[in-house]
Parts: sequence; structure tokens; C-alpha cells
Amino acid sequence: MSEWQPVIGLEIHVQLKTRTKMFCRCENVRGEEPNTRTCPVCLAHPGALPVLNGQAVEWAILLGQALGCAIAKRSLFHRKNYFYPDLPKGYQISQYDQPICGEGRFVVPRENDQLEVGIVRVHLEEDAAKTVHVGGTAGRIQGAETSLVDFNRGGTPLVEIVTAPDLHNADDARLFLQLLRQTVVELGISDAEMEKGSLRCDANVSVRKLGEEGFRTKTELKNMNSFMFVARGIEAEVERQIGVYEGGGAVEQETLHFDPQSGKISSLRSKEEAHDYRYFPEPDLVAVEPDAAMIDAQASQLPEQPATRLRRLETTFGLSFYDAQVLNGSPAMVALFEAIVEAGVDAKASANVLQNQFSAAGVDPTAVDAGELAKVIEARETLPRETFTTALAHSGDADFAAAPYLEDAAVSDTAELGPLVDAILEANPDLVNAFRAGIEGLLGFFVGQVMKETQGKADPRVVNELVREKLSG
Amino acid sequence: MTIDTLSLTAEAAQTLLGAGEITAGELARAYADAIAERDPEIHAYLRQGDSPDGESGEGVPIAVKDCISTKGLETTAASKILAGYVPLYDATVVERCRDAGMPVLGKTNLDEFAMGSSTENSAYGPSRNPWDLDRVPGGSSGGSAAAVAGGLAPWALGSDTGGSIKQPAALCGIVGLRPTYGTVSRYGVIAFASSLDQVGPMAKTVRDCALLYEVLAGRDRNDSTTVELPEPVTIPTADSLNGVRLGVPKELNDAEGIEPGVKASVEAAITLADSLGADVEETSLPRSVEYGLACYYLIAPAEASANLSRYDGVRYGHRASEPSDLSEMYERSRWEGFGAEPRRRIMLGTYALSAGYYDAFYGQAQRVRTLIRNEHAEAFERYDALLSPTSPTVAFPLGARTADPIAMYVADLLTIPSCMAGLPGLSIPCGLSEGLPVGLQIVGPQFSENRLLQIGHALETALAFDVVPERLR
Repeated sequence: MSEWQPVIGLEIHVQLKTRTKMFCRCENVRGEEPNTRTCPVCLAHPGALPVLNGQAVEWAILLGQALGCAIAKRSLFHRKNYFYPDLPKGYQISQYDQPICGEGRFVVPRENDQLEVGIVRVHLEEDAAKTVHVGGTAGRIQGAETSLVDFNRGGTPLVEIVTAPDLHNADDARLFLQLLRQTVVELGISDAEMEKGSLRCDANVSVRKLGEEGFRTKTELKNMNSFMFVARGIEAEVERQIGVYEGGGAVEQETLHFDPQSGKISSLRSKEEAHDYRYFPEPDLVAVEPDAAMIDAQASQLPEQPATRLRRLETTFGLSFYDAQVLNGSPAMVALFEAIVEAGVDAKASANVLQNQFSAAGVDPTAVDAGELAKVIEARETLPRETFTTALAHSGDADFAAAPYLEDAAVSDTAELGPLVDAILEANPDLVNAFRAGIEGLLGFFVGQVMKETQGKADPRVVNELVREKLSG
Repeated sequence: MTIDTLSLTAEAAQTLLGAGEITAGELARAYADAIAERDPEIHAYLRQGDSPDGESGEGVPIAVKDCISTKGLETTAASKILAGYVPLYDATVVERCRDAGMPVLGKTNLDEFAMGSSTENSAYGPSRNPWDLDRVPGGSSGGSAAAVAGGLAPWALGSDTGGSIKQPAALCGIVGLRPTYGTVSRYGVIAFASSLDQVGPMAKTVRDCALLYEVLAGRDRNDSTTVELPEPVTIPTADSLNGVRLGVPKELNDAEGIEPGVKASVEAAITLADSLGADVEETSLPRSVEYGLACYYLIAPAEASANLSRYDGVRYGHRASEPSDLSEMYERSRWEGFGAEPRRRIMLGTYALSAGYYDAFYGQAQRVRTLIRNEHAEAFERYDALLSPTSPTVAFPLGARTADPIAMYVADLLTIPSCMAGLPGLSIPCGLSEGLPVGLQIVGPQFSENRLLQIGHALETALAFDVVPERLR
């Protein structure tokens, strides 16, 4: 098996959360009553014309910039013709040979190196309507008793991201996809939820012998709706293709479906059944020629990318790759982390508390006064566990202050505890002698006395050491 | 007072309304009476619109070609596939007419989906030429032309893809303006070939056309291909052509198939232009005329093949009864709904866009189109306008060309080149040949409507053509 190298490229569709649809003024929302967000344009009534959503263009450019893509000075929409009930015009308005964003490169940090994935293009298109086929086999249109169409989704904006075949195993594909998702979400342009279909991934998969030039026949795995299924689907397909070659066969070019329940791969359509989309330039829209000043302005407002931030957490704060990765999952958490470190708390400890106890408390990191939380974390070793947990749980409250919790802090100051220990030893000379004669169990008694005197606020470890020191002195 | 709808111009009607000499209701009733009297033999209308009660607008009423959407009023594009389709919205041009107070007299006949040059391709029977009921009115806006010529409407909306305003205007002895592509909104106009379709006015006089064009023109936010006019529309007053440079392209004036009577009539008009002070010169558009028609019959069907995909019987229009499944419903609805010409063009266009053929057909046609555009632009460095016959022939007898699609296509030979270049063109009646009207085509550079209207008005005044058909005088 090891002499085979998988070659994987991804095509990712991201649903943009613009206020309105791609080419009409219908609201772009999910979960509403079917066919309540429609108009003559998205229902393809005769004579209706598309008008491009400017926000979608800006966001596609923003995404392109985040993926290091060249932004096209002039880009075109094309008609992609195919006949299906989810496509009322009989064609999808998409982009073809002049996409809005051209080649780019996306870097995915790994523990000891990084994964570099070429981006072939990013383009805009409209989503199809949602179809539900009732009766017949497995939700397919063939043989269905009834096909229902909900046009609410029809005409909502999508960006499609196409990667180069630079991925060589399923884990890398998943890693790439996860970071891409995070990037999209942080740009605020999509919810990018795979389970809900606002992020969809198809994979082009082939295998070749290690060192072999060129590519062998690829297959396309359609619509895997979780990160895990993407990885499992790719693994299953790689294994299948290797099996085909090792059995002396040849891989056929086809479109496949991965069933996560059974782990089985089945064919959706063969090369012969492939559509001829008859692309041609959409005459109802004019070319998109984004203003250079707008492109520059957007580039300058681009937030720090998750990948860059991850490396910064490692280098600036000395966090391990693992810690940095966990923390990096939330930019708000990273911001809180930075503020706490700024307030003087040790970075490693801050990261540790944030990703464990703080996360467990479920507090919104943006609601927290970092200065106050820093005081609590600083005092973490002297606070009773319960006090510490309670403090973290309330750290997002509007009037949160560290002071009341710090009153519970253990007294660990030897200058304060020293005279107290001296007094207790002086009051019990017999027991002191007994201890010095070898009855070491008496140590607990002295410590207990100190704790009693301090109403439990003394740091038992400090007291322990202090008592031992004075008894042996 | 009695209203003679045969001779009344829209401008004169406006004056009478303005002076309070007639009411909008009286005017509308006069047209309703004329329609009741003469439309049974002319068949200009597919159906009547607003009731003539004077309630639907204080202005001069208008006839609307049936490929233009009218809210609440059935709109079929003369196709069975749209039988019963009632638009939910007004086309922008209709909205603008309504805003100007113009009641809609009715919907006029056309070749199915505007595909044709005689209205014989209408699924609802042909219209007849008011000058000779055995002859065609031209097409595809034949119903609008016949309505105006027959005194059944003071003015009308036509649409033009490759000559569909100018050619029927010529054959019916009226004036028609095809505006610069992008000056009049296509929103709500049932698409035939989107990169060529353009709505324009049809009326008895050049000034009427100018008045209507003023209502129609200007950017529409629902049609991305529209632009703001570089200068406001002026109502022409010129009676001299002093200093106007007119080119007479020999390929358009000596083309094979131009009838001698047509040629003589146009030559006389050109001589008249010269005597009105114009500088007239012979010129040449060699490639535009040689390749124009072939190029048009690749681009227009290609776009049509996509535009007509939406008619599937699902959301509106004709649906086959009792289909056994979805595929059969699609196939039979389309088969039953589309006439021979749309079918032919869907096939042609689908083929021209198919994988492996695209570059040789559609791609090549687009390159030739650029060539035609450039050739015209060069000509307009030397001339303000180009003159030629609008149609090679006068109105031909019903049925004369129905068996031969190519013979029918040649009817647009002289109008197609400037349409391919997106240029404005005016057709005015310039005389009779064999007792039938001859049209003079005046083509100008982009946005030269004001100049074309001035030239047209000066010539029209000097020609003193009587627009009332001889048999109806």
C-alpha cells in the first residue's frame, strides 16, 4: 500500500450570509416556510432579469484576499445550462473562465511544518433550489412519487473555492477544510456549517505511484456533509482505487456518492452521462470590474488570518502547537488571552486556564474584563478550588470584580505566618519535644493549629514547610 | 368631435387632450370602436387591455407587443407554452407608460417569442397588413405595426432583436425606432436573444416616436445592461439637413434580393436628402453585410436556447395533461407548447453551444460581431448616419415564405448588421412600390437617437408620405 500516493483536490461551496439573494432582493434566510422568499427573478418568470448583489462581490473578494488570490480586474458571469427542477431558469448563473479571484495559496500550519495548498480559483454563483423527492428510492428523482421544490434557497449566493490537487491524505484534507472554515467564519461572510449545508465539500480523488509524474484518472466524491465524512470518504475512495489498480483494473472517471452509514461508495453518474453545460457569457449582466481603491481598502481591513495568529501564539507567547491550536479556535479567546498576558500573567498558565476551566465555565470571552480576570488567574494557586471556579463562572458578569474572591486567598506570607507558628510552638513545649524525639505525626497537629488560628486561610503547603523548618531549627 | 384614428397622431391626440377638446375616455373608446370594426380582419391584437372608461390614465393610450409583461393581463409572446400566463409585474417600459398616464389598449400579435419576420409564426394566427390584407405586416412586431397603420392604436411598443421593429414598420408604412442597446430596459420583456433584444417605439410620425422614446429611455435598476442617456431626448423640429454627413453603404443598397421598386424609392429619398443639404456619399460595410446574417443566426439561437429553458410547464403556462412522470411532463409540455420556429432555434442554439462546437460557432460569431461593431464605428468617423432600404422587399403575401425558413431569414438581411453592433436605427416610410410602403433605414452610432430623429423628421416632412393605407382612405 505504501507505494501509492493519493492526490486530492477539493471544491468547496460556501453559502454567503448576505442580506438578500445573489440576483434579486429576496431575503436570504433559512428555515422559513417553503416558497415564501421568492420573486419573479428567482422563480424565473418570463422577462425577469438578474441584478448582481454588490455585497456578495465584496465578500468574494475579501475571501480571495484571505486565500492569497489575485483579484481579477475584470470578471464575467456565465450561464451554465442544465435542466433540473431545482433550477427554474434551466441554467445556473455562475462563473467560468473569468472568475472573480484567480490563483492563490493557503498555508495550513502543522506542528513541525506547514501544508501549502494552491488555490486555483474562487468564484461566485447562485445556489439551486432545494428539492425533496418523496417515495421511490433513497431520495432520488428517478421513480419518486412526488418531487417538492422549495425556492427559498434558489438564487442565494455561493462562493466556490477550487484547490489544486496538493493534498495527499485525508487528514490533510480535513485540516485544510477546518482552517478554511475558520477563515470564512472569522471573515463574517458565512456560518459555514457543514451539517446545515452552508459549507459543502466535493473531493476530486486519484492515486498514483510515489514518484510517478502526472495524474491518473480522478473521481469526484460529492457532497460530504461533515469534516469526518470528508476524511472517511476520501480514505474509502483511495482504498477503492488502489484496490482497482492492484487488481489489474482501471479507475473510471465518474461522480461518486459516499454513504457514511455503510462506508460504501456508489456511482452517481459516469463520464458518458456527464453534462455538457454549454457555458456562454451571461448577456443579462455586465462584467464585474472592481474598483482598485475598493480592493485596496478591503485588503487593509482584512483581519489577522487564523494561520498567522496560530504561528504568532507559538512564537510570541511560547505556547506549544497544541495549546496555540486550541486557543486559536476562537479569536475572542485569543484576544482575552493576550490581554491577560499583557496584565502580567504567565502565558502558559493563562492559556491553560482559558482552555480548561474558563472554557468549561462557558463564559463569553468578549464580555470579560481582562484586568479583573487576570487578578483571579494570578491568584489561582492560593484560592480554594471552589472560589476559583465560581470567580471564573462570574467573570463575564457586568459588575465582575476580582477583590471579593481574593479575600479567600490563602495566607502564604511567611512574615505573617512566622510569629503565629512561633506562638503555637511556644504554647506546646511538650509536643515540640515529642516531635523532635521522632513522633513526626505530630506535624499535622501544629499545622492544624495554624489553620485553625487563620480560619483556614493559610496556605497549608507554606504552613507545612514553615512548621517543619522551625521544628528542625 | 369625431376622432379619426387612422390619421390622428399621438402628438395631435395629446394636444386635443391637453386643450380639453376630447377626454381620455373618448379617445380610448374611439380606438375600441376602431378595433371592433377593423381588427377582426387585421388581427393586430391578441387581446384587449384596459376597458375604455378613461379610468386607467389621462394620456394617449398605447398598444403593447405581447412579449412585454403586463401585470394582471395575460402575456403569451404568441406562444402556446405561455397560454394563460398572467404576469405578476409590469415590465419597466409598461410601468413607465403607465406612469405617463397611458392606458394599455391591448396586447399585439407577434411571431412566437419574436422569432420571425411576418407574424406567421404566431401560435394564434397571423396578423394582416392594413395596406393589403393578403399580405404580412412583417415581424416580429407585426401586430404593433398593423395596429398603428390600421388606426387601431396611436402608437405601440415593439421589440427588436434583428429587425423586428424596423422591418414591420417599413412593411406597414409607419415609423419605428430601434434604440441603442442599453437605453431602454428589458426588464419584463420576454427574452429571445438577450444581448440583442431592445424595446422601441412604433408610431405614425418621427415626432411621436421621439415622444414615446422619451418616456421609455433611461437607466433601470432592474436591468444591469441599461445606462443613463448621455443627453436628454429632444423632439425633432429640423427641416433641413445642412451639414449632415450621410453614408450610403453599397452592400446594403445593392444587396441581392432588393426589389427594383424598393431600390427606386430609397434612391429617391437619398436624392431628396441631398437636396435638403446633406453631404451624401457612397460607402462600404463589406464584412457586416456578408457575415451579419450568419453571425446573427448563431448568437440569437444560442441565447434563445437558454432563455427558453425556463418554459417547463412547472410554474406557469402550458402543462401537458396526465404525464406519467416528470420527464414526460417536461418533454410533452415543451413539445406541445413550442411551435416549429422556437424548436428549430432551440436546436440550432444548443448545437452551437455544445462542447467541441462552441469555438467554431458561438465563439467565432462573437469575434465576427466585434468585427461588425468595429466596421460600423469606422464608418461613423466619417458619417453621421447610414442610409439604406429597411427591407429588401415590400410586404409579401401570407404563406409565401413559410415553407422556407432561409427565405424568411433574409427579410432581416439589411437590419441585422446594425443590430449586431448594438446601434440605433430608424425606419421611416419613403414611398410606395406596387402600392405598398417602402421603408428607409437610417442607422447611427451609439446614442445618436436625437440626430437620427432630426434626420428622420426632416426627411419625413419633405417626403410627405400619407400613412393612412390607400384602401382605408
